[in-house]
Amino acid sequence: MKTAETNPMNFMPWRRSGAGWRLGAVLIAVLVCLPVVSLVLIAFQGSAGLWPHMLANVLPTALKNTIILLAGVGILVTLIGTTTAWMVTAYDFPGRRIFEWALLLPLAVPTYIIAYAYLDILHPVGAVQGALRGLLGYSSPREFRLPDIRSMWGCIILLGLVLYPYVYLTTRAMFLTQAANLVEVSRTLGARRQSVFRQVAFPLARPAIAVGTSLALMETLNDIGASQFLGVRTLTPSIYSAWVNRSDLPGAAQIALAMLVIVVLLVLFERHARRNQRYATAAQRPRVMSPARLSGWRAASAFSLCLFPITLGFIVPAIHLCREAWKRISFAGISPRIWTEIVNTVAVSAIATLLVLLCGLVLANAARSYPGRLTSLAARASTLGYAVPGTVLAIGLLYPVGLFDRFWASGVERLTGNAPGLLLLGSGAALVLAYSSRFMAISTGGIEAGFSRIPPSLDHAARMLGRTSTGVFRSVHLPLSKTAIASAGLLVFVDCMKELPATLLLRPLNFETLATHLYGEAARGTYEEAAIAALLIVLIGILPVVVLSRLGRVKA
Amino acid sequence: MAMESTKFTGIMLSSTLALLAGTQGVLAEELNLYTTREPGLIQPLIDAFTQSTGVTVNTIFLQDGIAERVIAEGDKSPADVLMTVDAGVLVDLVEKGLTQSIESEALTSVIPATLRDDEGHWFALSMRARAVYAATDLDLTEITYEQLADPEWKGRVCIRSGLHPYNVALTGSFIAHHGEEAAKEWLTGLKANLARPAAGGDRDVARDIMGDLCDIGVANSYYVGLMRSGAGGPEQEEWAKGIRMILPTFENGGTQVNITGAAVARHAPNKDQAVRFLEYLVSDEAQAIYAQANFEYPVNANATVDPLIAEYGALTPDTIDIVEGVKFRAAASQMAEQVGFDN
Repeated sequence: MKTAETNPMNFMPWRRSGAGWRLGAVLIAVLVCLPVVSLVLIAFQGSAGLWPHMLANVLPTALKNTIILLAGVGILVTLIGTTTAWMVTAYDFPGRRIFEWALLLPLAVPTYIIAYAYLDILHPVGAVQGALRGLLGYSSPREFRLPDIRSMWGCIILLGLVLYPYVYLTTRAMFLTQAANLVEVSRTLGARRQSVFRQVAFPLARPAIAVGTSLALMETLNDIGASQFLGVRTLTPSIYSAWVNRSDLPGAAQIALAMLVIVVLLVLFERHARRNQRYATAAQRPRVMSPARLSGWRAASAFSLCLFPITLGFIVPAIHLCREAWKRISFAGISPRIWTEIVNTVAVSAIATLLVLLCGLVLANAARSYPGRLTSLAARASTLGYAVPGTVLAIGLLYPVGLFDRFWASGVERLTGNAPGLLLLGSGAALVLAYSSRFMAISTGGIEAGFSRIPPSLDHAARMLGRTSTGVFRSVHLPLSKTAIASAGLLVFVDCMKELPATLLLRPLNFETLATHLYGEAARGTYEEAAIAALLIVLIGILPVVVLSRLGRVKA
Repeated sequence: MAMESTKFTGIMLSSTLALLAGTQGVLAEELNLYTTREPGLIQPLIDAFTQSTGVTVNTIFLQDGIAERVIAEGDKSPADVLMTVDAGVLVDLVEKGLTQSIESEALTSVIPATLRDDEGHWFALSMRARAVYAATDLDLTEITYEQLADPEWKGRVCIRSGLHPYNVALTGSFIAHHGEEAAKEWLTGLKANLARPAAGGDRDVARDIMGDLCDIGVANSYYVGLMRSGAGGPEQEEWAKGIRMILPTFENGGTQVNITGAAVARHAPNKDQAVRFLEYLVSDEAQAIYAQANFEYPVNANATVDPLIAEYGALTPDTIDIVEGVKFRAAASQMAEQVGFDN
């Protein structure tokens, strides 16, 4: 055991100050914020007459719709996500082991794909309504039809069904490692399991729920495909219209930044609201709670409760996609390009995921080990990219990346006399940067939530025993938050695979991913041709889900 | 742990390097095409061009932001040809100084003067009409764009978002014909006639007519050919059976058309190939592919319109120049927001 005299911290003041961690955190934050900064510069070019028009004609409805949509999706994802997470953690019932990972499956379905699929399925000329009419003896949709899903409620339900896994994933990780002691104490004190959920587990899981829900809500806010397809007018189409139809990029940047400010305020408000709460238990070995065995109707209802969101959020659209893909394959075969697209998709997503996780660890650890304005600001700033619509963020990134590329190309040309081409835009590196900028929030948020469960007393103890902060990070933080890190990695990977707007704008020539292929077909209205690509995104998304579930189980 | 993180970084670095190795240089007999045209629609033409000339075409499909991408790349941009599906975007590229003027007898002799830039900055390659689809059981064979706002169609019309470039272009042309006041009244009337929210795509119009959600709708002409040809599968052939395409006109003009057009990029590293590509695209051979594979109206008078489309009558493009409509694009998109078209 080391004594105070041999404590290395005394000899290396830079270590005590954590200069390395801090510098790393700031550098990452600066890089991630680059597109936002460039958006601010674009916005300052000024856009005359935009805001009176926005205030008079766009904002009232768009804000109202955005708020209703966010509230609806927020309620739905929190309800589904936390209930199912609690079910599979606190209870044991037939199918639970499968549900544990299967509940994550809707994550793999891009939101616009679920919108396309459900419109196909539920359209008056589609299978469901056709069968219903047959059953009820009607001959034409004129006589009988169900309400159109192209509406606000349709949009809320569909987005809720695909986005709840964000809450499920973060909350379940929390329940798994955190709740056991407290739950058992409250049980000993005579609380029933239901009230344990309400009074102990749910409040405890608040940081996780907040992280999960805010991820789901930002996805909602940035979603353009699904909500536009379903006819729900949020603020995002106005950004596009200012830019695409009016060539008013500064105006579009201004709207996007105004949106960003609102999101930041909301996040700050939520943090402020739980500023005095601590979520780490005393320093003891976190234990997994032992689930209570259910039987009879209780088991049946737990079973159906978990099956329901999976069925609607995954099984139904997946079956539809399979059918469409099958029709397509027997009709036109599989394009050989699809294999390259798979490789491209997985390679770029994997590289970006590793980078994002690494950066997230640096940010989260700097904020924890060296709490202070700088590190906390860096951690918060790194999440900004997620709150800006994908295309707008990509535009913001385009200028600094282009500047660098031109500078680099001129330099090499001067030195060697050969034109080297564009380094970042020509190689796909710009894509990795874009994904990192966009999804850093998932990584930092998830890892921070994981860290928040580790009692600070463990850090103190380790430091007293002579570990450097890097040592504490390695031997305490990292191993204790493995599940949280893996969860974050999964979310980032799947999101990278699905990412579309930045991929479209920043990829090199001849570089197709599954998402761009899918979009190319969807854009010309032939989404049935895209079924194979859509199905592949879903299938590849399942792989890490299964890996992750094993990881969670080994721990349990 | 240290080992692991070194390995981690190692993998990352090597993968990044592998990606960087793919950096494109500039080679002879190559051509770089930036396009907003969906890859599936342009690929048959590219393949045919490569086959007949041996020039490899590298493509990137950019949905929005083609101008921004080229601006960001500056004089180092590998782009040779910029191709867009909307006249507005094309004019935008020219105004931002991203194109260059070219002289080509092959292009000017084939493309009518109204479908190309006076100074040779852009050239139309194909046309499509903003058409009306009508339920086949409806006794309707002709209609004007103005009539779409008539109260007799209340609750019977389907159309996509008023902010979509297709509809913005239509409203722009309406403004060019009748002025802003009249256009606003028309758009308000059309909005009042909607059977469902202005959303989805053009083909949804046909499906919604089949599902009795609406009686008429506004959509592009080539979708009818695509659906009828069976290229999209048997279901879509069914949707097409429920509709008849009408080529509407303005009261004092013709049918509103939009174009797919192309320009040679200002810093094109392969300018010769770029011009060659454009010339090929308006050749009889390529124009026939346009007509047959995409069901568009060719700009070359020698090429024939595909029978699946031709059966609905000859196209009489609007008397007002496409560029005239483009001038009102901004006003048209603000107007769609003013009347709450998508709300």
